[in-house]
Amino acid sequence: MGGPRRPGPAVVALATVTALAVALLGSCARDGGGTEPGGGGRTTVTVGTFGVFGYKQAGLYAEYERLHPDVTIKESVIERNDTYYPQLLTHLAAGSGLSDIQAVEVGNIHDVATTQADRFEDLSRARGVHKGDWLDWKWAQATAADGRTVGLGTDIGPIAVCYRKDLFQKAGLPTDRDRVGRLWAGDWQKYLDVGRAYRRNAPSGTVFTDSAAGIYNASIHGYAERYYDRRGRAVYRKSPAVRASWRLAVQAARGGLTARLKQFEKPWDQAFANGRFATVACPPWMLGYIKEKAGPAGKDKWDVAAAPRPANWGGSFVTVPRAGRHRAAAVALAVWLTAPEQQAKLFDRQASIPSTPASYAMPLVRDARNPYFGGAPTGRIFAEAARNIPTLVIGPKEQQIGTAFTDVAIPQVEQQGRSPRAAWKAAQKEIDNAVDA
Amino acid sequence: MTATAEAARDTQAPPPEGPGKERTRPRPWRSRLCRWDVRYSPYAFVAPFFLFFSAFGVFPLLYTGWASLHRVELSSPDHMEWAGAHNYLRLLDDDFFWNALRNTFTIGVLSTVPQLLMALGLAHLLHFRLRAASFWRVALLTPYATSVAAATLVFVLLYGRDYGMVNWALGAAGIGPVDWQSGRWTSQLAVSSIVIWRWTGYNALIYLAAMQAVPDELYESAALDGASRTQQFRHVTVPALRPTILFTVVVSTIGATQLFGEPLLFGGAGGQKGGAAHQFQTLGLYLYEQGWYDFHLGRASAVAWTMFLILLLIGAVNAVIARQLGKTR
Repeated sequence: MGGPRRPGPAVVALATVTALAVALLGSCARDGGGTEPGGGGRTTVTVGTFGVFGYKQAGLYAEYERLHPDVTIKESVIERNDTYYPQLLTHLAAGSGLSDIQAVEVGNIHDVATTQADRFEDLSRARGVHKGDWLDWKWAQATAADGRTVGLGTDIGPIAVCYRKDLFQKAGLPTDRDRVGRLWAGDWQKYLDVGRAYRRNAPSGTVFTDSAAGIYNASIHGYAERYYDRRGRAVYRKSPAVRASWRLAVQAARGGLTARLKQFEKPWDQAFANGRFATVACPPWMLGYIKEKAGPAGKDKWDVAAAPRPANWGGSFVTVPRAGRHRAAAVALAVWLTAPEQQAKLFDRQASIPSTPASYAMPLVRDARNPYFGGAPTGRIFAEAARNIPTLVIGPKEQQIGTAFTDVAIPQVEQQGRSPRAAWKAAQKEIDNAVDA
Repeated sequence: MTATAEAARDTQAPPPEGPGKERTRPRPWRSRLCRWDVRYSPYAFVAPFFLFFSAFGVFPLLYTGWASLHRVELSSPDHMEWAGAHNYLRLLDDDFFWNALRNTFTIGVLSTVPQLLMALGLAHLLHFRLRAASFWRVALLTPYATSVAAATLVFVLLYGRDYGMVNWALGAAGIGPVDWQSGRWTSQLAVSSIVIWRWTGYNALIYLAAMQAVPDELYESAALDGASRTQQFRHVTVPALRPTILFTVVVSTIGATQLFGEPLLFGGAGGQKGGAAHQFQTLGLYLYEQGWYDFHLGRASAVAWTMFLILLLIGAVNAVIARQLGKTR
């Protein structure tokens, strides 16, 4: 890591050694989470997550500590999953440096369940766990072939479409969320048709949606078999899901329907602030992001409508590694955090949609309205979308294959103006290189 | 060095009583301890460095070499399967690898050449008698003191396609917006500019130090011969600086070969690919992508060792040139 280094070799070596020594000592210190001396036998349970899970923000840790005075909870957060997950793998292999509870993103859960299952507690046997509490597909994703369940589902990412009422009105489109949802119900192709209608009367300086990769993701995550079929065979060359989603993305890119942006980058944030695009396919976890980036100026301009087809994008699990220090306490905490009541509380604070359908009937979810998005009943909209999501088949190189389309092929067409045929080939080559051992 | 040399002389000096008696009567403990002290203490003093260096430098290097001969995946790093030279042979017809090598070379040239030329010019200017000389020198060094991450993130904003300041300035000059990140040359220029910005001042200071060691008489006699300032620079300063220039070229080349942080952060989310068409993916990024994104640790190790061999090659070329320079002078 690090850029060019110019000092002499001795200085470099010394600096490296110092840095490594500090890192080593640091990691040793982190290992020693255990029972604090003289703390009256208090147990410190550590929780490792990526991004913001919101347990702390929603006060769930504090509540659990009140219920169990002998337990203290410490959370360590790594911002991005692509930094977090490789580190988790090396810690698992080394059998040290692990938190008592480790979060795992949906894109990695298949890997964990198939290649690492023996390094995790089987949570299906834990006290207080009822398989039936979770959506079937969510439970299945974290379950290994031998029936061991290595992770309990936290949130899921049912997709809706966030849209700007003011821009829709100027473009002569309906603004009411139910009518907007009906415009494209059933097919993402209809969503593109609305986009073309928008383009004809678009307010100047605006386009229909942010990025072709966003449409691709929203579409492909609605199919049960995408990159792998149920028997685990790689089908990314031919699967109808990939083909259909690719066609949609190419149409959007070449039809001038997108702002040619890359999601989660600075220009994307700036485009939210500047009101550059009218719609974006949004899982619930994106609502907070939009609110933050669009700022007070976007209040009451944004609204949420149902997506053309139910789809799931994102979501996570919590696991308990066997090499952790306080396995029993960690299992108890994991079970409590993912119980329907707690998931509902988390939704209230963090807008993450529970993976436990029982939560949907709870007032915290059922009656939830999002004031920033024009008082949209987000609990009802996303819960409705969640019910109809198919059981998503996940394979080993899910993320690498996905980014070959969203980060390579689609931007090649959308931003670099290459032909779809050449870009498709580039994606296949990219995938071949990634999956080849 | 002097201590060990003395110790060596000490042992080689013939004992006063002749060799026969020496064997029968051992030397007193004190003098032997003293001798050991002189002889071995220097090793003890340098040992910590070498212990750390072997633990964190040599061992990883060798282990990486060992791993590069195996199939190893990050999902189970302790499971290694012997693969022989497979990982290296595979690189030979790996288009992504050659692309990264080409990019590393072009970005290296684009960043190193202007950087060193500008540094030389700046050093020449600083060599004049200036007001607040130390202020200018410190100012030159500030980019070097900023973190790669902070500097790159600012440059990313400057080079933004839709809302960047560079495009705004170009627009004011009547030139259409440039999509800096998407184009092969534009993206490489942008990455190079970050490197140039960070390292020019540092090299300028090195040149300045070398210039101050050039004896004034050379300039005086050149002036007597009627040489202008520019001629003095070309015919006195530059030849005198030759070893320093060679040094900076080598160090910059090593830095350019290892270029990583700037292109990674310039690429934003998913920056390890170095753009949608890998247009600014360097060897360092390809290594990172293979190891920590595609989880092929064995292949990443092979890339790392290939980079190491390339650096050894550069070092060898440097040694040859340095020897030639030594001969001509």
